Amino acid sequence: CTKDLDRTPITEATSASVYKDFSNYKAILAKLYGGFSVTGQVGPTGSPDISGIDEGTSSYIRGYFQMQELPTDEAVIGWNDGTLQDFHQMDWTPDDNFINAMFSRLFYQIAQCNEFIRQTSDANLSSNGIAEKDQATARTFRAEARFLRALTYYHALDLFGSVPFVTDSNEVAYYYPNQISRADLFAYVERELKGIEEQMVDAHTNEYGRADKACVWALLAKLYLNATVYTGTDRYTDAITYSSKVINSGYTLASSYANMFKADNNATSQSEFLLTANFDGTRTQTYGGTTYLVHAAIGGSMSAAAFGVNSGWGGLRTTSAFVNLFSDISGATDKRAMFYTEGQNKSIADLGAFTDGYAITKWSNKTSKGADGSNSTFVDTDFPLMRLAEMYLTYAEAVLRGGSGGSTTAALGYINALRERAYGNTSGNIAAGELNLKFLLEERGRELYWEGHRRTDLIRYGLFTGSTYVWPFKGGVAAGTAVADFRTIYPLPTSALVANPNLKQNGDY
Amino acid sequence: QSGSISGKVTDETGQPIPGATVFIKGTSKNATADAQGNFTITGVAAGNIVVVARIMGYETFELPVNAGNNTAPLTFQLKADTKGLNEIVVVGYGTQKKSDLTGAIAVVSTKDFNKGPLSSPEQLITGKVPGVQITSNGGAPGSGSTIRVRGGASLNATNDPLIIVDGVPLDNNNVSGQSNGLSLINPNDIESFNVLKDASATAIYGSRASNGVIIITTKKGRLGDKFHVSFSSTNAVSKVTSYSPVLTASEFTDVVKAHGTAAQVALLGKANTDWQKQIYQSALSSDNNLALSGSWKKLPYRISMGYLNQDGILKTSNLERKSASINLSPSLFDDHLKINMNVKGSIADNRFADQAAINAAIAFDPTQPVRANGKDFGGYYEWLYNGKLYDLGTKNPLAMLEQKVDKSQVKRSIGNIQFDYKFHFLPELRANLNLGYDYQKGEGNTNIPKYAALAYYNGTGGSYKHYSQEMKNKLLDFYLNYAKDLKGIKSRVDVMAGYSYQDFIIATPGYPVRDEAGDTTTAAGNYSEAQHTLVSFFGRLNYTFNDKYLLTFTMRRDGTSRFRQHWGSFPSVAFAWKLKDEAFLKNSRTLSDLKLRLGYGVTGQENIGVGKEYAALSRYTYGDANSAYQLGDAFYKTLRAAGYDQNIKWEQTATYNVALDYGFLNNRISGSVDFYYKKTTDLLADVTTPAGTNLTNTLYTNIGSLENRGVEFIINATPVETKDFRWDAGFNITYNKNKILSLSKAKADTSVGIATGGISGGTGNTVQINSVGHQINSFYVYKQVYDKSGNPIEGVYEDTNGDGAITSADKYRYKSSNPLVYLSFNSQFNYKKWNLGFSMRSNLGNYIYNNQASNNGSYKTFQNSNYLANLSRSVLSTKFATTQYWSDYYVENGSFLRMDYINLGYDFGRLMHDKIGLRLNFNVQNVFVITKYSGQDPEVFSGIDDKFYPRPRVYSLGVNLDF
Repeated sequence: CTKDLDRTPITEATSASVYKDFSNYKAILAKLYGGFSVTGQVGPTGSPDISGIDEGTSSYIRGYFQMQELPTDEAVIGWNDGTLQDFHQMDWTPDDNFINAMFSRLFYQIAQCNEFIRQTSDANLSSNGIAEKDQATARTFRAEARFLRALTYYHALDLFGSVPFVTDSNEVAYYYPNQISRADLFAYVERELKGIEEQMVDAHTNEYGRADKACVWALLAKLYLNATVYTGTDRYTDAITYSSKVINSGYTLASSYANMFKADNNATSQSEFLLTANFDGTRTQTYGGTTYLVHAAIGGSMSAAAFGVNSGWGGLRTTSAFVNLFSDISGATDKRAMFYTEGQNKSIADLGAFTDGYAITKWSNKTSKGADGSNSTFVDTDFPLMRLAEMYLTYAEAVLRGGSGGSTTAALGYINALRERAYGNTSGNIAAGELNLKFLLEERGRELYWEGHRRTDLIRYGLFTGSTYVWPFKGGVAAGTAVADFRTIYPLPTSALVANPNLKQNGDY
Repeated sequence: QSGSISGKVTDETGQPIPGATVFIKGTSKNATADAQGNFTITGVAAGNIVVVARIMGYETFELPVNAGNNTAPLTFQLKADTKGLNEIVVVGYGTQKKSDLTGAIAVVSTKDFNKGPLSSPEQLITGKVPGVQITSNGGAPGSGSTIRVRGGASLNATNDPLIIVDGVPLDNNNVSGQSNGLSLINPNDIESFNVLKDASATAIYGSRASNGVIIITTKKGRLGDKFHVSFSSTNAVSKVTSYSPVLTASEFTDVVKAHGTAAQVALLGKANTDWQKQIYQSALSSDNNLALSGSWKKLPYRISMGYLNQDGILKTSNLERKSASINLSPSLFDDHLKINMNVKGSIADNRFADQAAINAAIAFDPTQPVRANGKDFGGYYEWLYNGKLYDLGTKNPLAMLEQKVDKSQVKRSIGNIQFDYKFHFLPELRANLNLGYDYQKGEGNTNIPKYAALAYYNGTGGSYKHYSQEMKNKLLDFYLNYAKDLKGIKSRVDVMAGYSYQDFIIATPGYPVRDEAGDTTTAAGNYSEAQHTLVSFFGRLNYTFNDKYLLTFTMRRDGTSRFRQHWGSFPSVAFAWKLKDEAFLKNSRTLSDLKLRLGYGVTGQENIGVGKEYAALSRYTYGDANSAYQLGDAFYKTLRAAGYDQNIKWEQTATYNVALDYGFLNNRISGSVDFYYKKTTDLLADVTTPAGTNLTNTLYTNIGSLENRGVEFIINATPVETKDFRWDAGFNITYNKNKILSLSKAKADTSVGIATGGISGGTGNTVQINSVGHQINSFYVYKQVYDKSGNPIEGVYEDTNGDGAITSADKYRYKSSNPLVYLSFNSQFNYKKWNLGFSMRSNLGNYIYNNQASNNGSYKTFQNSNYLANLSRSVLSTKFATTQYWSDYYVENGSFLRMDYINLGYDFGRLMHDKIGLRLNFNVQNVFVITKYSGQDPEVFSGIDDKFYPRPRVYSLGVNLDF
């Protein structure tokens, strides 16, 4: 009976069998896209992808939001969860479990992509007996997986700088990957994106939720806009080239700003969304993602029902520095000013008190028509990973920073397009003379707040650390204080360093 | 020609022993001693025979007799078998005389069991065995215990001992709907526990033996016994002993007025409610058992039935258990074939009380009433905002209990049939075949009606959830045993070799969650099923020289389906020297026993839990309908590549044991002292993988090592023994310290460690850590700074790393939840027909995190938007404005002394013309606890006092009737 020791799974598949059936390929691709949204195989919790942290907190979007928004002027959170407050105090350590969770999530996503890319190599497609016509589809899937891996490596390079480097040429095994420098990783991501450009579906022709050529160009534009930070060499001309490609690819601005952050944004705002992390209150359940963004922002005297959910978690608000970006916070002129002020103090005395700091009402589980989302706990709203407006702002900034191939006239037009949508008319339009870098940073704040851009923007402007710009609770002080420059990148988690002796810690951590 | 023999059976003091069985060896002729101890056996053939007298609690006495026509009356003076040197001890795949043991094995049998109403078997031996720490998991009906034999050998693989009932190793995973599978075995059916502690004793069970083995043997009928009926009934009332210290309504009002805003003061009510008194009750329980035993011709049998109905002190919790067991143990072919068949079955109906109500009762505003005017929420008071339920507010704890109906029914049956054949042509050779099964099925419903605040989703809803799970385990063991005395070379050899096959299947269907209208609110999860198989070959050699030097070798080769490299080898060797039998001690009258035991062995561990059956295989997991992902207009159930380690292998624990068994004054004083060292290598731990190399971030892999070292000492004595009065006393003490030696494959491990010990308060907060060089589950907290008058200064901690700032790097490892020393003292007094017994137990050096105080102990706690929350009394001394979860102020010394029970019994003897025996006893359980701990109960295994179901004090009256 010793043969009985060779047990194989009963209700799971094995990698040997799963790739022989082409109908499984889309389910695996869905997992790769879903990596930005769901946290495991049982919704909302129960079979987590990564462990060592509360499953809801392990969400890609939730982790990314925390690392990109909490240490900035855009967001504060009241919870005393673990080291969460360290994001405001900007004194995080390599032992921080939130940083560890995000790092783990990034490399989880990279490993899953690697596995799919490896298993769908041309050789494997043939040996698994996949039909010719399906092989072509599989190759598109593979290109998209490479795009998703490039996007994740981009996040890794932006957040952590120099990280361990693994690709599909590494098998699943126990080994110590080498560390790649930030500049080399930049070059790798750039090379990958250019390598898959032709294999991707044409812009605006893929089905909703999947990446196309415009996504490749948009990511290249982001990469080039921040190239000085990542490599020390500016690439503004390239940023103009690729943001222009996106702008001219057929995507158009959605008509309503507010509707882009509501439960039916998949229906109302597809024309602007290059790529979304999709959520659904009944079928894509998680305590991270937009469920977190909606619930955590409700507290004080706010009515959860007004946001289509059953409760508020009383956590997220904003600082007065961000509020001050709007000359009129009522929303009557610039409709992007979505604040809740009743019973809220504009200034923050106590980070733990929800009523200190204005609340933000941007994210909602109500539809554009005012109906509730499909579930009162889990939110339907999709999260735009990349949308056209960012490319308008990227183009303008690259032009102002001296890139060639663009024009300030075009830049002004793009910016005023955003402002016309925001104001509902041309009353908020700016003149050519008002278009400068300082204005653009503020405009990025007004347009893209709470979408995970702020930290990167402040770093590019040299304002994230140091004392040039302080905002309430920067560095953990109510008035704000200077922060050391090494905090422009996050530390590699201690647990990752211990697990892989080839890694060296970042900067001064 | 046949005649009769007669005689009398007495104890050493000459008192008759009624009920003793007297039989003629090798025949079925037997008799039972009457009330005066007299017996007569008729139809005895003349010639040389051996007459045997035996009864529980006495050493069996054999008397060779030349039976003739006028055989003189025989006298059997039986020695009390309290010291049990000739006791037969169940070892793995066989038995041995206690005096011949080489390993650390403790036996606890019926007469030594803890007294009182006990619903789960392991509670019978709490505190009885040094090196074995049994911590009940709380006071819920039927709740189980955490059992640790000589500390935990693993970090993330199981640390539970292997439990074997009548030869069937149990699955130590609990089926859904039952928090404690062991409670499905009726403790009243148990005859003895054999606890195998060191590797030389456990290694024969190789793969699952690193944490000790507990062999449970159930009661049997005896050959030749008359039909015997015994009935027992124990009725008990359980009382709450203490409450978590919180503010009273008036104190709370003062605090809110002093520290709250006008809006918060306005929220105060006018009632005076002690919420903890609302959720607890005095609870009744009744345990009734009927056993029929005897011997029908040559077929000994025992049939028993039990009915337990136990209410918990937390309102609505209840356990109703019906159990039955049958044992048949016939011997055939002149005793050459012995068959032993056991079938046990039980059905448990549980109602679980929502333990979240314990925290809610601590936190609910005492100025609010239990019930409100109105029909919403079933008439219970709940926090409202704008006329609607305020969902963030604490829910009414009594409503939580009354409205959430969480019921399960669990069925379990364990059975085996064992054939033991002594070869006709070679009686020294035995073959033993054991076939067994363990079947469990649990199913239940968790229902919350629509109107309950717990399920109040904007006025719609309700939550109706069904679940079930089935576990099917089967077993085959076969071994051959050859034992031979080689008188010429003063030796005895005893060789055994065997094979074992055990298979486990666990199946869990998915069910949807529905609302009150029957509509699906959460789609059904996926059906899951997993199978896991163990195949083993094992052998043992016992060699005895000159009846003084004993040598034992064992070897087990174990295969598991969990690992791709299936096989592991687990050897052991042990040596014992009966010093007392050496010439220089032989004549000592004071010293009656002295034996040195040395043992070394390697045991293994592969149990990394349910859901990890295929941890070595590259596999894909299907997502369920709630984790699907939208691409285009369609939602796809996803397929996830699971993390795996194809090289995962056995965890190994090497154990060294040095021990001395001693006895003085004809063993009136006896005991042993054991020193042990256990080192686990290739530790199966859930650790971080090098980022990017695997398909998940942490993985069960063989990494690191840890050690346990300790000393155990036990002494049992009979200080007083006269005709009418006898005092037996026992004391044991254990010192155990564990240390993590490494946690990484990388050489220089500078990590702070693996966080553990989740607490209530925030999301994902932990207060414990496993770090290299420290104890398992060390607390990881800040060092609180105190002012001159000894009060903690809020938020001021010691800068332990001296970098001028207080960061998480300033946390330090402070104590652990594991006791360094645990000890127990028990006594039994018998005076004529009275007996009085008690047992006391103490843990020293165990620390506990007072989560109830830390989570509710700041002024911030009550200051919520739109509702108030009550505070722990600790706030009156700390005056903390905001919660300070990581202050070591909340890590308290949990050392305690507890009197587990005191028991008074009276034996009326035989009544109604000897037809009925009657015994009565009165018992108090959990009599008192002496501790410095400021919370409710310091004995919480995890070391985190949160939502702990309090242990009640139980008063019970029991009656035993024998017919």
